[in-house]
Amino acid sequence: MIYEGKQKIWSDYQKEIPDDHYFYVRSCIRQTFFPASEWAFLDITRNKFNKDIFETEHHTTCGGIAYHSDAIPQETVMTIIARQFALMHKYGYENYVCSCITSFGLYCETLESWREFPDLQNKIAENLKKATGLEFAKPKFLVHASDLVYKYRNLIAAQAKFKLVDKNTGKPLRVVEHIGCHYSKMFPSKGIGGAEYPYVLAGMVEAWGGEVVDYPERRHCCGFGFRQYFVQSNRGYSLANTHKKFESMEPYKPDMIITNCPGCPYFMDRWQYVIAETQGKTYGQNGHGIPVFTFEEVAGLVLGYNPWDLGLQTHQIGPEPVLDKMGIVYDPAKKYLGKNGKDIGKPDFVECIK
Amino acid sequence: MNNNVLIIGGGPAGLEAAAQLQGLGYNTILIEKTDKLGGHLAKWDRLFPASQSAKELLDTLLQNINGVKCFLNTDVNSINVLDKSYNVILSNGITILADAVLLASGFDLFKAEKKEEYGYEIYDRVITNADLEQYYKTKCDNRIQNPKSIGFIHCVGSRDEKVGNLACSKVCCATAVKQACEIKQEFPEAEVYCFYMDLRMFGRNYEDLYLKAQKQYDIRFIRGRVSEVSEQQDKTLIVKAEDTLSSKPIKITLDILVLMAGMRPSEAGEKIGDMLQISKEDDGFFTTKDSVYSLQKSNLPGLFFAGACTGPKTIPDTLHEARSSALEIHEYLVKNFSDRK
Repeated sequence: MIYEGKQKIWSDYQKEIPDDHYFYVRSCIRQTFFPASEWAFLDITRNKFNKDIFETEHHTTCGGIAYHSDAIPQETVMTIIARQFALMHKYGYENYVCSCITSFGLYCETLESWREFPDLQNKIAENLKKATGLEFAKPKFLVHASDLVYKYRNLIAAQAKFKLVDKNTGKPLRVVEHIGCHYSKMFPSKGIGGAEYPYVLAGMVEAWGGEVVDYPERRHCCGFGFRQYFVQSNRGYSLANTHKKFESMEPYKPDMIITNCPGCPYFMDRWQYVIAETQGKTYGQNGHGIPVFTFEEVAGLVLGYNPWDLGLQTHQIGPEPVLDKMGIVYDPAKKYLGKNGKDIGKPDFVECIK
Repeated sequence: MNNNVLIIGGGPAGLEAAAQLQGLGYNTILIEKTDKLGGHLAKWDRLFPASQSAKELLDTLLQNINGVKCFLNTDVNSINVLDKSYNVILSNGITILADAVLLASGFDLFKAEKKEEYGYEIYDRVITNADLEQYYKTKCDNRIQNPKSIGFIHCVGSRDEKVGNLACSKVCCATAVKQACEIKQEFPEAEVYCFYMDLRMFGRNYEDLYLKAQKQYDIRFIRGRVSEVSEQQDKTLIVKAEDTLSSKPIKITLDILVLMAGMRPSEAGEKIGDMLQISKEDDGFFTTKDSVYSLQKSNLPGLFFAGACTGPKTIPDTLHEARSSALEIHEYLVKNFSDRK
């Protein structure tokens, strides 16, 4: 691998990311899969860096899951999106940041469709007016939350309490970065670093002291892929995809995986358990799995947040090997205690994977 | 005849036209932006279809330009159209009043790194057709160490809307088949694969070369595009492609992958084109006066074309066109400058 070659490509795929003043929209499924990630994003940006990140309870789903499942027509999903943008405008913002990769891809697709077909845009504006009375508007800048954390990566590094470094050896942690397909595979120019060698997560890993692990199936789908999972009879494909990725990355001995999509961390985390249960195989060291994190969780760990406040107890694969290597002190007894010390319940003991 | 003729570009087209015009008695001045003559031919080892030595051909072309004033490392700083001539200021400070100008600015190889999914300049063992010719010439390339499996991807940067080039580069199919045979000659035990869209073996003896590649060298031709290339820990490459004839995806591990980079208009030619506002077609190459009869003429009086500046061409086509251009220039000068005879 020629690193300078990748740098050359990265320099071709940069995008303008305003520093401040964003209208933030959450993801439907991340709030249940990784409940503290969005909180961590808001806490870091607002309270650590004093950024103006506004959100309203009036925003809804982008309609992406229904759209990609062919459950609703394109014009309907575009009207839903037009409403999100209209809310941004109503509250006085022109920079739009979203938590979800599926949403980001769909927003990119919608904006491109409107640019290509102005009549369609006019029709959607009319639909919006009739349905909600809101004024049609488009964001001046559309970014994904990982774009913003990428932009703040050096700020985070400057305030880091821990690095992505093995405290016992002094060596960088070996990190697999996995972007969501809809981040830049449809519109490479919309993602930092493009589609083939994306830099958005790699840049965070480098800034925080880690080492990016490249492996042959790095571009492969995480296993979610909508129809692979939503259609029950296809779930074998979902598992097979994830299995393929882990088989490919195994020889490189990664310490952890960082992701920026709702589905990727979930499926790479949960399917490791299924593979262990059905095949008796684990991909981490000493019977552990490879911990999978969202980018907000990794940023939070670097900044010294309590792992349990970041929701890491909701992961199937325990994060402890990474916490230990980074030198993060945590209380195992509090792992399954929620806010105010409330017992949130402990999963049944899983013997197949640590 | 004391007419000055300026030739811009010292590749095969420029060299052959220079020899012809000098032979016709004109003051022929040839400028070349690099430090040596020959263009891409100077970097090539052998030529299809019969593996003729590129060096021998270049030596012949160079022997024939005796008397031609050649300026190396020289560019055009400015060029202005006068009443009947062109006032050209060169980067070496010399000003030339040329009665005719021949643009033989050739082509640039497509920058293979733009096809990011193939990993040129990212993976160690992904090389281009030009890199392989350099290896054949020098027998020196650390990446090529007794390879057991080699793949060739045709049409890299050609017939590809994604990179903004719908045109066929014309010579890549024959070059790939030639290079595949040559690599098999050098490494007889190696498995060799060619991934192609269509095989455009249009020239005389080209089809024979294609059949020889299959029958004699056992080269495997796979009709389908490569979707992605990945590198393994031992630097070998995993290539995923579709075999459209069997309608199946395939995955092959290779030691070397050769990208058949196509032809793009040269940056140097584009610069001259901008100075003279020469029109270009959608493929970026210069527009000729018509598409059948006057392929060497431009829409400007006294400005002529030869070679790949008007589109991809083989070496024989380029040489024929250079001779034809020389005759067109001769005819133009006789007609318009009869007072100088």
